Amino acid sequence: MKYLSLLLLLFSIQLESSSTGPCGEYITEDESNQGECIKIDTDHTDKASLQRGAKLYFNYCLGCHSLKFARYNRLAKDLEIPEEIFQQNLIFGDQKMGDLIEIGMSSKDAKDWFGVPPPDLTLETSLRGEDWVYTYLKSFYIDETRPLGVNNSVYKNVGMPNVLATLQGRQISVCKELPDIADNGGLKQDPLTGQIINITKCGFLEADQPGLMNEEEFDSAIFDLTNFLSYMADPIREERKSLGVYVILYLVIFSIFGYLLYREFKKDLH
Amino acid sequence: MFNKVLGWFDDRLPVTATWERHLSKYPAPINMNIWYLAGVLLVLVMVIQFLSGIWLLMFYDPTAEGAFASIQYIMRDVEYGWIIRYMHTTGASAFFALIYLHMLRGMLYGSYQKPRELIWVLGWITYFLLCALGFTGYVLPWGQMSFWAAQVIMSLFGSIPVVGEDLLIWIRGDYLISGITLTRLFALHVVLLPLALIVVVFVHFLALHEVGSNNPDGVDVKKYTDHDGVPLDTKPFFPYDITHDIYAIGIFLIFFCFIMFFYPDGGGYLIEAVNYEAADRLQTPDHIVPSWYYTPFYAMLRAITFPLFGLSAKFIGFVVMAAGIAIFVAMPWLDRSPVKSIRYKGIYSKLFLIVFIISFLVLGYLGTVAPSPFRTTLAQIFTFTYFAYFLLMPIYTKYEICKPVPDRVTLS
Repeated sequence: MKYLSLLLLLFSIQLESSSTGPCGEYITEDESNQGECIKIDTDHTDKASLQRGAKLYFNYCLGCHSLKFARYNRLAKDLEIPEEIFQQNLIFGDQKMGDLIEIGMSSKDAKDWFGVPPPDLTLETSLRGEDWVYTYLKSFYIDETRPLGVNNSVYKNVGMPNVLATLQGRQISVCKELPDIADNGGLKQDPLTGQIINITKCGFLEADQPGLMNEEEFDSAIFDLTNFLSYMADPIREERKSLGVYVILYLVIFSIFGYLLYREFKKDLH
Repeated sequence: MFNKVLGWFDDRLPVTATWERHLSKYPAPINMNIWYLAGVLLVLVMVIQFLSGIWLLMFYDPTAEGAFASIQYIMRDVEYGWIIRYMHTTGASAFFALIYLHMLRGMLYGSYQKPRELIWVLGWITYFLLCALGFTGYVLPWGQMSFWAAQVIMSLFGSIPVVGEDLLIWIRGDYLISGITLTRLFALHVVLLPLALIVVVFVHFLALHEVGSNNPDGVDVKKYTDHDGVPLDTKPFFPYDITHDIYAIGIFLIFFCFIMFFYPDGGGYLIEAVNYEAADRLQTPDHIVPSWYYTPFYAMLRAITFPLFGLSAKFIGFVVMAAGIAIFVAMPWLDRSPVKSIRYKGIYSKLFLIVFIISFLVLGYLGTVAPSPFRTTLAQIFTFTYFAYFLLMPIYTKYEICKPVPDRVTLS
């Protein structure tokens, strides 16, 4: 009984905490999860995806966002890119392979241009989550009231332009007439006529002008980019897990022998 | 040859005598159960923390400019640096999880009662030092949460009437949390506090071995001895306890390594996501939470929302929080029960202990979430019941009806 009441109590605290999700005003087509990020499963063993992500990052992001805790040569090694090819294609200045991936833009200039200096992104997926980064990259839309002409439904009034617009095309935020959802999750109906009640809901993102990629290609591209950033934040993830398996196996065997030893000596006691 | 060398040392230093007294022949009650493992595992975790800490120290840069980057240097450029760091972060949480279990064991079986008051007090000092170590260590990575947690905790000293503001500047060494604060917390974390911890733990052991271990029945095993003066209901530590402990250490390390290798962030409880951003004094995180092991006390701090006797709510909260940690030390003198173990204590002791555990857990949960009026009321209620367990103890332990205690230990 006491456990039951404790459970109920914790449950009641939990109920109270329902609020908007981590992804701001992002809303899916079927409006099922407002504010919830799109779930993705990153895969650091997919080197091709990481390489495509790195290519996107170096072409579209590195102008403003450094990866200042990581080094070029480690990246080349982990992504299985031969050093010569890496040096020819991914190093733009006079940096050396052993250098940290820094940028030329000073944070003072950046502050003047964008309002805030663009953050370093080495640890971004650990800070905000992989799902967040993916959803964020997908959620830019045209907003003429903003200085750069774009806004983002995940990160309201962000100071960043939509650098992937040439790939994605332009998105606009639209309103729709949709059935009102009751508190119990069902559709609200008019008590007299039984008709479903519609209300206006806004914030849905819709393609306005096509880009170089169709939606599927773009989603796959930003998955690669997010996968790359996820690797950046936690480069030893795969090694850690594979080493962990051996460590645990060793400890299981150790414990079995430990148990046998314990059982042997325990016989003396009774 | 070995005996000759040993003899040479024994004539000059009590090597064999110390070994036998404190390890090989130390009599441990035969009815000790799983609760008694927390102690040996705490020693193990302490060793893990010392070793991983020394290696981290070889690469860490204790300056405001370099601290955050040096952690990433350890994670990326130092060979197996990530193992060393995850060992230390996982170890910190394991340390607290185990010490809470160790304290609960003492509360269950009355291990703080006469003649073990001093062991309990020394253990409490260990816990206090651990809290200080946890806090100072938490600031060192110099992430956003490090910085703002330091800001919140240190500002508590500023709430002390009259001297508060000056005291705060003296502690911080600056008008704000800065690199100067970081370096002094670093000095405390790597020198003073670990040194104090070793000394206190050592004396904790000396005191324990002077009076002997308690047991789940809370009976005095020294009452019946064999012709050598060895208590009947005990077994020598070597080989009986050591083999038991090796087995337990194996099982514990499976859990420990599972977290370390597969969930090193512990879902944001072992390493907070916010701490992946370098400290920025111009930008406050949305909600500042301490590490999970302080959250019960943090909830108490936030539960006090009203000024009292002309003192600010913050100061009262600070006092309540400090009292919540400090009150454990009074337990040997609050408990008036004629029996030690919860097995033979009356119904009120059992009920109050359950209330205490629930209060601790609920406060711990409330400390991790953003406050709301409902949650603050809840925190106030459970802060009250938390203290009720201690403050009413002299009454309920004295007047309740206890069960008869057996003459010798029982084995289930």
